[in-house]
This record gives sequence, structure tokens and C-alpha cells, in this order.
Amino acid sequence: MDAAAKLELRTDAPSKGRAEGGGPEVSSFALDNGLDVVVIPDHRVPVATHMVWYRNGSADDPLGQSGIAHFLEHLMFKGTEKHPAGEFSKIVSALGGQENAFTSFDYTAYFQRTARENLKTMMEFEADRMSNLVLDESVIGPERDVVLEERRMRVETDPASQLSEAMAASLFLHHPYGIPIIGWMHEIEKLDRTHALDYYNRFYTPENAILVVAGDVTVDDVRRLADDTYGRVAPRGARPVRFRPREPEPVAARHITVSDPKVEQPTLQRLYLVPSAGTAEGRDCFSLDLLAEVIGGGPTSYLYRKLVLERGLAVNAGAWYMASAMEETRFCVYAVPAQGVSLEQLEAAVDETLKHAVAEALDFDAIERAKTRLVAESIYSTDSQSSLARIYGSALAIGETIEDVRRWPIEIEAVLKDDLASVAERFLLPRRSVTGYLKPVA
Amino acid sequence: MTASVETISASPTKVTALTTPAGVEVWHVESDVVPLIAVAFTFEGGSAHDPVNKPGVAQMLSRLLDEGAGEYDSDAFQERLAAHAIELSFNAGNDALGGSLKTLVKHADEAFELLRLALMEPRFDQEAIERVRAQSIAGLRYQQNDPGVMATRRFFEEGFPGHPYGRPTGGTIESVTAITRDDLIAMHRAIIARGRVKIAVVGAIDAERLTHLLDKVFGDLPEAKPLTIIEPAVLQNRGERFIVDLDVPQSVIRFGTTGIAWRDPDFVPAYVLNHILGGGAFTSRLFQEVREKRGLAYSVGSSLVSYRAAAMTWGYTATKNERVGECLDVITDEMLALKGKGPSDDELQKAKDYLVGSYALGFDTSTKIAHTLVQIAFEGLGIDYIARRNSLVKAVTQDDIRQAADRIIGDGKLLTVIAGRPTGL
Repeated sequence: MDAAAKLELRTDAPSKGRAEGGGPEVSSFALDNGLDVVVIPDHRVPVATHMVWYRNGSADDPLGQSGIAHFLEHLMFKGTEKHPAGEFSKIVSALGGQENAFTSFDYTAYFQRTARENLKTMMEFEADRMSNLVLDESVIGPERDVVLEERRMRVETDPASQLSEAMAASLFLHHPYGIPIIGWMHEIEKLDRTHALDYYNRFYTPENAILVVAGDVTVDDVRRLADDTYGRVAPRGARPVRFRPREPEPVAARHITVSDPKVEQPTLQRLYLVPSAGTAEGRDCFSLDLLAEVIGGGPTSYLYRKLVLERGLAVNAGAWYMASAMEETRFCVYAVPAQGVSLEQLEAAVDETLKHAVAEALDFDAIERAKTRLVAESIYSTDSQSSLARIYGSALAIGETIEDVRRWPIEIEAVLKDDLASVAERFLLPRRSVTGYLKPVA
Repeated sequence: MTASVETISASPTKVTALTTPAGVEVWHVESDVVPLIAVAFTFEGGSAHDPVNKPGVAQMLSRLLDEGAGEYDSDAFQERLAAHAIELSFNAGNDALGGSLKTLVKHADEAFELLRLALMEPRFDQEAIERVRAQSIAGLRYQQNDPGVMATRRFFEEGFPGHPYGRPTGGTIESVTAITRDDLIAMHRAIIARGRVKIAVVGAIDAERLTHLLDKVFGDLPEAKPLTIIEPAVLQNRGERFIVDLDVPQSVIRFGTTGIAWRDPDFVPAYVLNHILGGGAFTSRLFQEVREKRGLAYSVGSSLVSYRAAAMTWGYTATKNERVGECLDVITDEMLALKGKGPSDDELQKAKDYLVGSYALGFDTSTKIAHTLVQIAFEGLGIDYIARRNSLVKAVTQDDIRQAADRIIGDGKLLTVIAGRPTGL
């Protein structure tokens, strides 16, 4: 039951690990009611990871109801006609399983991890709450309080999170990626049972769902069990439409500041509006992935070497790119100033460094090192069935294919130096950016 | 509906104890499905052994081991790691300095060589020391007014006053400023020594190649000298409530009482009892009473903490300032109710079923297996522990639970720390 508001809060890179071409033998098929199924075998331990992904996230929240996707995710644990509130959790627990759920911009997902022989039970319960959720008025108030406490914990007590929210709201002039996943405080306070049920009835359908099973299972077993459970959920005829406005071409370099007496260590962040896996043309998406690694992936990256090692202006510096999104997305550059260095000085140094990046950062060794690391991460990710389930589930939920995931390391290898220069020159532009200062009260 | 409860009875993974020609001991799990090797290791000795007025030395040491070693300065060392996608990290806790290495099989030689250099020949270049010092201080400043960090720090200060466990493992801005290269060298000599390390390796490597590589890394460690003795400690200030004033709308709460160490024969019943009270599942009493029924908090739970020289039961939650009193009352009532009446037979059975059934879930990645094994080795529980563990859980009776409740709930008097601006207390 978390808001994957971690997408909002983190300062490190999004997970990039993907299965290498020729990695696990991933299969997929669809049930008659339109539900997509992905099976990822991993026979090392007799355990299965069972996930259901819905192709709706916070960016599909109706205007004025920010946070409804996430609130509904919490309410999905409140029971059905057949299984009253708490019963699913009790069964998962008694079976030695673990469960949770998370909401992101483009999807909402529910999962259990358990011994493989319990897979059918998990499927029965998950299929049941796909269409039979019962929301008693009495559960709405306390659960809304839980979400409000979650927001207080993640955002209201943390100036760095407040800056992240303000920067996203400023980067996206029009697109709902600028609205926090968990929702704005004043709108969460007004969310009610009707909002939740309307949202549920619109999006929780077999056509809109993706079942991912990873672990000690066979494709035939999963197909049979899925037919017996999810296969009985009535189709609605079509997948619900997600309406997403397009971000206008940006023209204004923006600067924003959060000043708070709690801040004792200032930080600098910069977001650029860039293409995502969903919108990029040609090799742009892979090039941006690699560019983030070359200029900002760890202590051998260009930004770290220039700003931390050579000039001593920062104690840390880096970059990340959030490729996994349906529409235009964020590329982040960040730096933490050394003692005595102002944010203004640091920003000037970041700009100067980025200006020379194309000429200086893109040497053969640095590019090879970055490729090696990205490709290795995709191999490392095959060590974890839950990572694999997440990688495939999130890819399909934003409209990518299994083949896209499998080809990712090959595409990364194919990126040329000129591709990196090209994306840097076209997208890392002041007019596409928001610069954020986190600082103490003067 | 009633679900049939089936559990995995076999040991979740096959572990072999190896001793290398040079006498290095390792627990090994060979698995060639994924072409990687995961190594976990832990050296006895950590922040508790920091010089009295300089907390933070062990942690700074852990951050400097990969900042230059042998002929490589920091940047060159990092470049070798990155060029081979080798992941190497170190960390320091109260009692131990640990680390983790992950590599593709094809780069194993390079990875073990870099590990050897980091452990045996760290350079402690002044430039690297100053950089890491600046990073540590920036980190301390960044967390300076974080309610969770402040509550935890104060909890340890009040819980273990005058004891090494009462000091912040990361040090303070003052102490980190004062740490010298000699402090780091002395700590390195004290901790990185023969006979003090536990090692676990999981992955696509056979015993012969592994013992060969391990001898290169750990075979020439210097002999250990005795570490400062950490006196046994019991959580102090139970029944007291401390407030860290901070202008935030939500208060972060830490609460704790006495506990039971993992090595104690009564640990497993206490572990089962804690699961019922506030363990990780949505079914725990604290989760149900604090979150589900009352909407008081997003996160709430409790856990057993086991150090070399102390043990405690501690819990966490966060609720808006106006509801802190209500929240604390619910927690105390729940703890006393659980001690007074005990769990129902059904509740106990379900908790045991969960703990037995979920054990295998901790063994599904190489890194997780390596870290679990090294912890078991560090606690001295024996290589058969993972095979025995589920039968220990199954054997827990209501009598055991009652005895455990005396020790981990006792009179219900809690040390409570609240960071925020609670009202109406």
C-alpha cells in the first residue's frame, strides 16, 4: 500500500535493469476477456511472484480529484462481497506470503509473493477484487486519514519533497505528470466513496489489466489457472480510454526556490523536459539513458569528476533519466554544493560543465564504461524474479512490448557518440528546464 | 473461505562450509542459473569501537575503503570497478564493518583483486579523506532536521546514555570534522584482521575456484588484536517520554523496551510474538489498531533489535501532532493486552504459519542469500540454522509466548521519543 511516490522523492536513478536479449524465456498470451498475461520462469526456489498491473495511474486522475488512483489502491484492500475486509491479507499472511501495492503516474499494481502452490489462491482473490469491490462508507474516513498521514510523512515534513513537487508542477505546464502521485493535500481531503467507485468502475477491467507471474511456474499452469480465475471476469468490450494532454513546446527557463528553516544543507536540482520510452523517436530514448549514465552515473561520471573531483565545488553531483513513461518525461541533473559555495555559483558551474559536455564527456572509454554498466544491470536484474516481474509489468503498462524489453541492451550497445551529442544538444536546453534551489531561510 | 496451508518444509537453499588452504572459512551456495557472483562479508568491530569522543570513525572508514587502494588513486579505483560493472560497497554498524561485492562471472578475477586491494591496501589519501569528510558532513546537515532521523538519534541517546550504542554511528559534524588519517588507519588495523571475518558467496562459481580467489583476498590478513570490550547494556529511561521540538505537522514516534538477542535460546518465541504485535504483515495488531481501525498513521510496526551487547524491542510510527496522545495510548494498550491475555491459539498458529511459509521468500536472489548467510554466521547460529529455523518456529507454544512476553513487553513501560510538535499530551 505505498504510493510509488518514491518516483517523486528519489534523487537516484530509476531502475534501468532489463533482461538481456536471450535472458529468461518470457511468454505472453491473452485471455478471451482481453486480460494480458506474461510468464517469467525462474526455477531456483519454489516461490512465485504474482502481480496484476492496471493501465491507469495518477496521470489519469480526473481534474480536481488528484490522488484518487492512489486512494483507490488503498481501498482495494477493503474486501468484496465474497471476502470481507482483511480476509485476503489474512490468507496471504497465513500462507506465508507477502503482499503490497503501488501507484505510479502511468499504472497501479498489486502483488503477492508466496510459495508456488498458493498461486491459484492468489489468483482467485485478485480476480475477485477486479470486479467485486465493496466499499462500505465506514472504511472511507479512516483510510483517507491514512493517506493524509502518508502525505504528511512523505511531503509535509520534508522540504526536499516539497521542492520536488514544486519542480514537477513547474516543469509540466499542462500534463498531469506535474501533479503528485499521492495527490494535493486539499484534494485528498475531499475524496469520497463516489469518486473511488466511479474510478474503479472505469478502470478495473480485464481489458485494462496485465497479469505477470514470475517464478517456479510453467506457462501451461499459469494459463490453466488464469483461465479458471481471471477468465471468469466479464469483459467490458473495450479497454478504457486514457486521455492525456500533450505538453506544449517549452519556451521559458524557470527557477524556483524552497526556503525552509529546517534546511541546513542546500541542494541544486535541474529538470529537463525530454522524450520518454513512449514518445521518443529513433534512438533518442536509449541515447538519453546512456547520456545520463555518462554524464551523471556515479563517481566516474563527467559531472562528478568535474564538479567534485576537479573543481571541488560540489560534494556530490549526478544525473538520471526517467525513461519509463508514456509521455514526455524528466531528465534530472543534481549537485550538492561544497561548504562555502553558493547555489548560484554551483548553478553557473553546472551550466558551464554541461556546455562542454558534448566536447569533453563523450570519449570512447566513458561511453564503453557506461554501456558495460547498463548492460550488466540488466543481467543483474535477472537474479531477482520480483525485479523481472516489475520490469516487464511496467513496460507493458506503458505500451511497450516484451520484445522492446528484450532488445534494450542491444539498443544501448548500438548508441553512437553522435547520438549522445544529438540528444544533449536538442534537449538539455535552458528553455526546456526548471532549476530548483533548496535552501535555508535567509 | 478456508485455504489449505501448505509450506515449504525443505531447507530453502543448499549451503556448504568450505575452508581454504590458508584457513579462510566461507559458506558457499553454488548456482549457475545467472552468470553472477554475490559476496557478503562482515568483520567483527564497528561504530561501538569508535574512539570515545570521535563517533563516526568506523563509518568513515567504510566509506574510504573504495576511495583508492594499492597503486590506484580514488578515481582510478572507481574507474576499474565501473569499467567491469563490479559493484563493491562497505558499511559500518554498531558491531561490525560489512560489505558486499557483486560481479559478472567473467570479471571475477578483477572483482576479487579489487576487493583485496580495498581491504588490504587502502591508501587513505588526504584528498580522498577530505572529500569523504565533506560528503559525510553534508549528509549530516541534510538530515539535521529530519524528524525520523532526529527521533532515532535521541532514542539511542536516551536509551543507552554513556554507552557506545548511545552515540550516532555516523558521528556528529564536530566529531567527523575532527577525525584524522591516523584514526582511520588505527580503526582499519583493529577491524580488518584474520579470524574476525564471516564470508558467504553465492553464484556461478565452483568450490575450487572460489577457495583460490578467497585465499588471495583474505589469506594474508594480519592477526587480530583484541578489540575494546563493549559492556553489556540494558535500555534505559523506560517509562520516560522525550520530545524533540520541530515545526512539522506530523510527529515521528519511536518507542522501545527491553528485548531478546538473536543468539538467546528464547529468541524464536519472542520473534513470533513480535510478529503478532507489530511485524511486517498487514495483519499485525499495531497495524490493525493504529492504521486500519483508526487511520492514525501510514506506517506502524515493531521489531526486535539484537546487538552484540544489548537487545531491545522497538517500534515506529508517525501521526499528526493532534493525535499523538491517542496513538501512544493505543500502542501501550495493545502491548499490555497482548501480554495480559496473550494471542489466541488461532492467532499464534497463523503467525507461525506466516513465518514458516515466508522464510523461503528471503532466498530468491543471490545477494539476499549471501547477506542472510553472513548474518547467521556472524550471530554464531551455525550452518544448519536455515534448515532448523522453521522447526524452531513450529515448536513455539503459548507457554513460550508467555515467557517471551515477560521479556519483550514486561511491565509495558516504554522509552518514547517524539519528534514534532505534539499537542495535548
